[in-house]
Amino acid sequence: MQNRFELTQYRWVKTMLQWRGFQPTLLLITLFFFVFAMLTGFFGTPAGSHNFAIIFVWIVWWALLIIVMVPFFARLWCTVCPIPAPGEWLQRRAVIRRKPGKLHTLRRRWPRKLRNIWLQNFGFLAMAMFSTIILTRPAVSAWVLLAMILAAVGLSVVYENRIFCRYVCPVGGFIGLYSLTSTLELRVKDAQVCKDHTTKDCVTGNENGYGCPWLVFPGKLERNTCCGLCTACLTTCTQDNIGINLRPFGADLLVEKGRSLDEAFKALIMLACALLYSAVLLGPWGWVKDWANMDTLPHWAVYAVSFIAINLLALPGIFWLTAAATRKLAGLKNVSVKKVFVDVAYSLVPMGLIGWIAFSFSFVFVNGSYALSVLSDPFGWGWNLFGTRNFPWTPFLPDVVAGLQILLLLAGLIYSIVIVYRIIRQRAATDALAWRGALPVAGFLTAVTFTFLRLYLAG
Amino acid sequence: MKRRVAPLIPFLVLALVIALAPVPVMAEPTTRHITVTASQFAYNPPVLRVNRGDRIIITLQAADVMHGFYLDGYGINEQVEPGQTRRIEFVADRTGKFRYRCSVSCGPLHPFMIGELVVEPNLTFARAVGLMGLAVAGTFVYLRKNPAAALK
Ligand code: SF4
Ligand SMILES: [Cu+2]
Repeated sequence: MQNRFELTQYRWVKTMLQWRGFQPTLLLITLFFFVFAMLTGFFGTPAGSHNFAIIFVWIVWWALLIIVMVPFFARLWCTVCPIPAPGEWLQRRAVIRRKPGKLHTLRRRWPRKLRNIWLQNFGFLAMAMFSTIILTRPAVSAWVLLAMILAAVGLSVVYENRIFCRYVCPVGGFIGLYSLTSTLELRVKDAQVCKDHTTKDCVTGNENGYGCPWLVFPGKLERNTCCGLCTACLTTCTQDNIGINLRPFGADLLVEKGRSLDEAFKALIMLACALLYSAVLLGPWGWVKDWANMDTLPHWAVYAVSFIAINLLALPGIFWLTAAATRKLAGLKNVSVKKVFVDVAYSLVPMGLIGWIAFSFSFVFVNGSYALSVLSDPFGWGWNLFGTRNFPWTPFLPDVVAGLQILLLLAGLIYSIVIVYRIIRQRAATDALAWRGALPVAGFLTAVTFTFLRLYLAG
Repeated sequence: MKRRVAPLIPFLVLALVIALAPVPVMAEPTTRHITVTASQFAYNPPVLRVNRGDRIIITLQAADVMHGFYLDGYGINEQVEPGQTRRIEFVADRTGKFRYRCSVSCGPLHPFMIGELVVEPNLTFARAVGLMGLAVAGTFVYLRKNPAAALK
């Protein structure tokens, strides 16, 4: 493959990743923090800014996830995510060791109709409608964390492997989709070796490790969405055919195989939510915040219905028309509008990711200093573990944020336009047709960028 | 390489102009007295529009519980209890949008209690929009001239 730099060529990297205790060790650490966050959420102060659960989940974790892990390291979060760990250990009846024999589950089969990310789309939206409440109430956050871990354990009892992660986790859906852009990938070195290898230990597992818990066959892996980077295959592959590579940003956006309507909707939903949150949470309109905050049930109902309508009808509707125009201009008469819609929606992946990063900059920098005081007093009970409890709230670099947002959004816009041109070029007959076909989508992307700029910079 | 980048040169020059060109003050500076009332979880008025050079005198009040007023970019941070007023005075010498935020933990939505001071002419926004238009046009010119270069 072009432009790849294999990290596993270094002995120590490979040895470390092949060590069976690698993932469990990280999981135990994150599980500790996860349980701690639940405890502070349930038993600590209800004042969000002074509670470990709120600050560490929604500011520290979130910032790390969207600004660092997803753009650069794909599903690295899923490597260390504690949510599915207890369930996985339960079905393996083991933490580090490879126990011989089958996984302990009820051995049901996950319904075919649900083998996509629609559940994750709806799960994310369901949480998003309540986000103003979840984000600001430690106890509610703790309930959400608890519900996630219980759901993961429950599904592990019934189904083998990481059904929760692949089809249910509301966060997993966008982590996977946005990982298409990441600068890291796990791939086989030579697909032919896999084809010829009859036992396929990475799928079945062997005495060295379990078969892929993410239900992936590495030999056919061409995009990052479903690879949880658990490194199981690195341990089980008997042909030394697995590599972890650095690669250019956005490499998977042009992979045609695997594009689907559920993912296209995920891209639209994420984009819509980045815009909506920027307006609701960071805007000056108190009444919208009150409605989102359920000051009365009818208010919230109106808010929730509009929220869903924008996510599932308005933005997709406009984008559908955009795709129809692209189809016309690019001369794609024999391709359905739906196909074009799905294809060009992948240009919203980098745009959406950049939008989320820009959005996150506006509150992570401003509120990051809470992390210091909360570290010393996680429950808000007056502790002072590290002597930083009284560290005052200090917005960090408030003058730089606007400039950063402009740079990011414009870079994201240019990049997304180039991507959509290249996507259309995969089907259009000539360069000129692809160029024309890119115009409507570029218009859409420009309107989105303008809206972000307006929300962040204009009154 | 040279030939590929050549068509972009006018765009880059124009970008520099848009980003850096000085803009003279249009409106005559005045003194503005504004009463801002803070309540859970918003300010009234939510948006203050002023001109560069204006002297701003804000009378800050709290309607329910104690609130704060931290103004991005101006280094102002005041607090007010219900029943009190606080006088905040400054000259709006920096243009653009600056958020003012509550700096006293006042309830669940406290971190999102935000208002906006817009100092006209809002050059940051105008420049950003200009650069955006330029970026889009530049990208399309580049793709037209180098249809295959973009495919690598
Ligand atoms: S999919 Fe969700 S639960 Fe699974 S590892 Fe990723 S974030 Fe964690
Ligand atoms: Cu307040």
